[in-house]
Amino acid sequence: MHILVFVKQVPDASQVRVNYETGTLIREGVPAILNPFEEHAVEEAVRLKNEYGGKVTIITMGPPQASEALKQCLSRGADKAYLLSDRIFAGSDTLATSYALYEGARKIVELEGDVDLFFAGKQAIDGDTAQTGPGIATRFNLPLITYLIKIDELNLEEKYVIATRLTEFGQETIKAPIPVFFTVEESLNILSHSPLPYLIKAEKAEIELLSGKNVPLDKEQCGLKHSPTMVKKAFTPEKRQRGATLSGTFDDVVSQTADKIAPFLKKVS
Amino acid sequence: MIDLSKKDSDISHYKDIWVFIEQTDGKPAAVSFELLTKARELASQRGCGVVAAAVGKSVSHLAADVFKYGAEKFYIIENEIFANYRTEPYRDAICELVIKYKPEVFLVGATTQGRDLSGTVATALRTGLTADTTGQEIDPKTGYLWMTRPTFGGNLMATIYCPKHRPQMSTVRPGVFKAVPVDDPKEGEIISEKINFTEDQIVKKILKKVISGEGAVNLGFYDVIVSGGKGMGSKENFGMIKELADLLGGTWAGSRMAVQLGYIPQSRQVGQTGQTVHPKLYIACGISGAIQHLVGMQTSDTIIAINTDREAPVFDVSNYCIVEDAVKFLPKLIEKLKNMQKFGG
Ligand SMILES: Cc1cc2nc3c(=O)[nH]c(=O)nc-3n(C[C@H](O)[C@H](O)[C@H](O)COP(=O)(O)OP(=O)(O)OC[C@H]3O[C@@H](n4cnc5c(N)ncnc54)[C@H](O)[C@@H]3O)c2cc1C
Ligand SMILES: Nc1ncnc2c1ncn2[C@@H]1O[C@H](COP(=O)(O)O)[C@@H](O)[C@H]1O
Repeated sequence: MHILVFVKQVPDASQVRVNYETGTLIREGVPAILNPFEEHAVEEAVRLKNEYGGKVTIITMGPPQASEALKQCLSRGADKAYLLSDRIFAGSDTLATSYALYEGARKIVELEGDVDLFFAGKQAIDGDTAQTGPGIATRFNLPLITYLIKIDELNLEEKYVIATRLTEFGQETIKAPIPVFFTVEESLNILSHSPLPYLIKAEKAEIELLSGKNVPLDKEQCGLKHSPTMVKKAFTPEKRQRGATLSGTFDDVVSQTADKIAPFLKKVS
Repeated sequence: MIDLSKKDSDISHYKDIWVFIEQTDGKPAAVSFELLTKARELASQRGCGVVAAAVGKSVSHLAADVFKYGAEKFYIIENEIFANYRTEPYRDAICELVIKYKPEVFLVGATTQGRDLSGTVATALRTGLTADTTGQEIDPKTGYLWMTRPTFGGNLMATIYCPKHRPQMSTVRPGVFKAVPVDDPKEGEIISEKINFTEDQIVKKILKKVISGEGAVNLGFYDVIVSGGKGMGSKENFGMIKELADLLGGTWAGSRMAVQLGYIPQSRQVGQTGQTVHPKLYIACGISGAIQHLVGMQTSDTIIAINTDREAPVFDVSNYCIVEDAVKFLPKLIEKLKNMQKFGG
């Protein structure tokens, strides 16, 4: 079985601060991390590999530094990692990103063989768009299962998977043929600690490089210039201010609080 | 999959503002009517029409509401195969409508279903999509749609537009706009389209649907979230959190500490590594307000925090700050609210 995981390196959004004077993000000193959802995607992929045999391949599109994120995936037990990096991709929106990753993934299929399970995170914590996974799945014309919380059954002989996803109202369980594309929730699994052999292997592993040199690309679909969406402006939202501290006796504060909340009270018939 | 060669590449042929009417088992999602209301405003600026579109096993019964909130036309595709939402057949149905009728703008609610659908539709149509927006405006000069959305956990806002591709697509967060019916609703036109594929062409099968109770839940669906942290002191004390949530027709959640202490399941964690929420009311009880927690809830409309520590950072984002012991405060608050509920104040 071959599993391909799409991972993104992101600035740790929780450490990004806003300079309210200039209206810009302060990104200096903000560490780049593996997008948290992908940690769980890799965890699941490695778990499935250990149970069913096969291999796990990782791909990321990004600048050379993104190989750090790839190393992290290798230290979690992935077998091979590809960095798709080319200046032509700079400024890609989600449509252009899904195009680049689609071509990168096709190259990986050529080099590593057919993929049975595709994984991406639910969303990246920097952009929060949750579109790249569905975009890649659409380009491959694969069945898509978003918001995955559980793989209930994997049948490699009969080539199907049964999986549970979150919906607006709860959950649903779906049967889909393999190959299939998942975007994953964090509650999919609990992260394990990387065993030492994985860490050693990751240290030694070579990151494979993909770019316009070895991946056939339609330049008309790449980068800022060919991204349909453009940023008109970016600005900082109004800073939330500390509001009123409710004061008085304990009972006063209870009453005041109840008054604020009362409009939300469920109506009783 | 759709045939892209049939898509008109002349963007001047695209007209009207469309709203996807989301439904589950025939019940419409409230956000659809919020979007119709907003679409009316955008359409009057743009000088175009407001159109609704729905796909489902049976959706024609939604027409009255769709017209009440201002749609002039209602395109529907009804078929047994659409009984449950599934990405691929819904995508193909919507793409057919778009290719045939060429909307200039296509708005979808940023719900689980809407996000799943719009990403695949936009890619299939090779157009731009601005996800999870909180603002929509027409540029008076060009007529382009300006779509504003928060990024970096709400730390930055970006206004996005899509000048050369149609339709201009975006998903809009539920609760951002208010649904307001039109004063004199007119009987609009219902246009029913057929789609010629069958169940055996759809590879995904839904085996089971569970409406959530205690387990995994989409917190984004609720207007009120009552959330607890380490300061609640025990799993039993979360009974108060649940009771308050229930009184307010909302749901309960918590911090990562609450998860780690075993008070609540991870599926109900709010924050950077949990869910991002933006309810109308968020009540934080015994939560310090670490940045990883704040990025998941600071765009809530109203935040009320209860914490014994006057300096707790959660107060910096709260509209109302209550410096009290939550374990003592909540039972009194619940009692008071129950009285108000019974006696109307
Ligand atoms: C990579 C990373 C990701 C993270 N992701 C998340 C995330 O997604 N979500 C998240 O929540 N955290 C996350 N965290 C953890 C975060 O940093 C905090 O540790 C966590 O939010 C603290 O939870 P807490 O507020 O419940 O506990 P504490 O910080 O211990 O705060 C407890 C609070 O309760 C108050 N208190 C005590 N007793 C009472 C009482 N009787 N009544 C009222 N108040 C009382 C105290 O004054 C204190 O302010 C993450 C951390 C890291 C490093
Ligand atoms: N540059 C990238 N390289 C690899 N995977 C990506 C990239 N961007 C996004 N993804 C994947 O798509 C998911 C959703 O990203 P987004 O649409 O940006 O929210 C991420 O969690 C990743 O799994």
